[in-house]
Amino acid sequence: MTILSRYRQRLLVNRFNLAMSIATMAIGMLFLFWILAVLFMNGLEALSPALFTQSTPPPGSAGGLKNALYGSLLIVGTATLVATPIGILAGVYLAEYGRTGWFAEATRFVNDMLLSAPSIILGLFIYTVYVLHVGHFSGWAGSMALALIAIPVVVRTTENMLRLVPSSLREAAVALGAPMWKVILMVTLRAVRGGVITGVLLAVARISGETAPLLFTALNNQFFSTDMNAPMANLPVVIFQFAMSPFDDWKTLAWAAALLITLAVLVLNILARTVFRQTSVR
Amino acid sequence: MTTALAATPIADARRQRRRASAARWQDALFLHTTRSFAALVLVLLLSIIVALGYAAWPALAKFGAGFFVTNVWNPVTSEFGALAPIYGTLVTSAIALVIGVPVSFGIALFLTEMCPPVLKRPLGTAVELLAAIPSIIYGMWGLFVFAPFFADHVQPVLASTLGKTWLIGPLFQGAPTGLGVLTAGIILAIMVIPFIASVMRDVFEIVPPVLKESAYGIGCTTWEVVRSVVLPYTRIGVVGGIMLGLGRALGETMAVTFVIGNAYRIRASLFEPGNSIASALANEFNEAADPIHRGALITLGLVLFVLTLIVLAASRLLIARLARGEGART
Repeated sequence: MTILSRYRQRLLVNRFNLAMSIATMAIGMLFLFWILAVLFMNGLEALSPALFTQSTPPPGSAGGLKNALYGSLLIVGTATLVATPIGILAGVYLAEYGRTGWFAEATRFVNDMLLSAPSIILGLFIYTVYVLHVGHFSGWAGSMALALIAIPVVVRTTENMLRLVPSSLREAAVALGAPMWKVILMVTLRAVRGGVITGVLLAVARISGETAPLLFTALNNQFFSTDMNAPMANLPVVIFQFAMSPFDDWKTLAWAAALLITLAVLVLNILARTVFRQTSVR
Repeated sequence: MTTALAATPIADARRQRRRASAARWQDALFLHTTRSFAALVLVLLLSIIVALGYAAWPALAKFGAGFFVTNVWNPVTSEFGALAPIYGTLVTSAIALVIGVPVSFGIALFLTEMCPPVLKRPLGTAVELLAAIPSIIYGMWGLFVFAPFFADHVQPVLASTLGKTWLIGPLFQGAPTGLGVLTAGIILAIMVIPFIASVMRDVFEIVPPVLKESAYGIGCTTWEVVRSVVLPYTRIGVVGGIMLGLGRALGETMAVTFVIGNAYRIRASLFEPGNSIASALANEFNEAADPIHRGALITLGLVLFVLTLIVLAASRLLIARLARGEGART
């Protein structure tokens, strides 16, 4: 009898804890859908063609997000162009040459820390080393800050993917007389192309929503500008300024911008996880 | 015919030698190029510390160590002490962990032990999407949706239950405005859950099936297997995951800035507005014209950076230790 009741108690504990586990999963999903639902309800209302044809308005009047969209594309695009080659080559070094040794170990360690370091610090860093010296905010500074955030992401995924390549593939290429650089660029990197593209897409997704580093670097610009050497409008900072403002027109635009950014980030994430998903060498 | 035959091997050998030497310098060039990019990553961390330290120096020299323990923030008289934002950063992160760790554990447990295989990938991706949503979106949602909801439905309940208890009562008293340290901590919890849960899930999955099967074989329930086999086996990795979440929570900027209330105050109640290092920077930095004010803010940034580096380094060392131990065992 006591054994039976002890058994019942154990089953009860088990059932209770597993139920709690399901509840936590439900909580996580609840918040995800709550946030997305709010975003879509407020954002879809605010969507209109004017978003893409007009620039951000002064307080109290209607307008669009043309300058911010263009600025964001330019800043993120430049950052990606800078970060991709640097990240891939550094990742190649870690995976192909730096399997052992203190230098590679230290680089790997530092890269992992930069991966999770507060993004606002990178904005502050670019501010102290660049903005302070040239004396004005600029699109270039914004791109630099975002590139520094993207590099560790690309390094990490490139290295992880290259480590999946079996040594026999490298050995076969070397045995044919190919020099090492050709082996790496033409054989191993090509074998994990999908995985490396995934890394770049995830990096783009990560930086396109970043706000904090742009506050001290690109700042904002109320007007349409293509000058990377001047303060530049961008979606995240527009959201920050407009959402905190007391004007309804501005708040509506902030919701529209928030929806656009989130859609872009989610699409990039899902693309990276499905179309370019790669867990083995092709 | 004979001359051609005689000439070919010599020409071939020469061509081969030339090609080999070309390959050698090309290889060296490639190696050094990739290595210098790797070095760039290494140098970046050092230069961040040096640049921030250099920019923070005037303020540090003026205020000395007292900067970290005084609670005053007055740009008009140029008096600065960082205690309030440091306190806010630590308290919001602590709240995030208190809420986030059990929830992450539950999610990781669900995904590794209970989830039907068909749902594993979609649900795992959904949890990761929580991490993909930009910080500023959490901020807007927090300010316009969560804070009013929290003030109307949750804070009064908390005040009338937990607020009346002994010892922790004062934490939950005060005006239910919805904006404040507790709201910021809860939103931070939602933001760090995907990071902690994904590390926990990864380390739970490296537990050798044989261990779990033998525990099930002697009649353990799923919960007993998790508590007595999976958790002890992965303890170090779990702590590493929690540290990773802490590192994220400390430096989170935009979401906190929207809801924390931005007041340089230290109050017992978690309902009161406060400030964190990151939110102070986001709010004030561009308005700080005075070099001492700016220096004080940069010093705050340096403190935040060093703090997160320590936490992240600990996290990384713990997770690496688990992985190494795993390698040695199998």
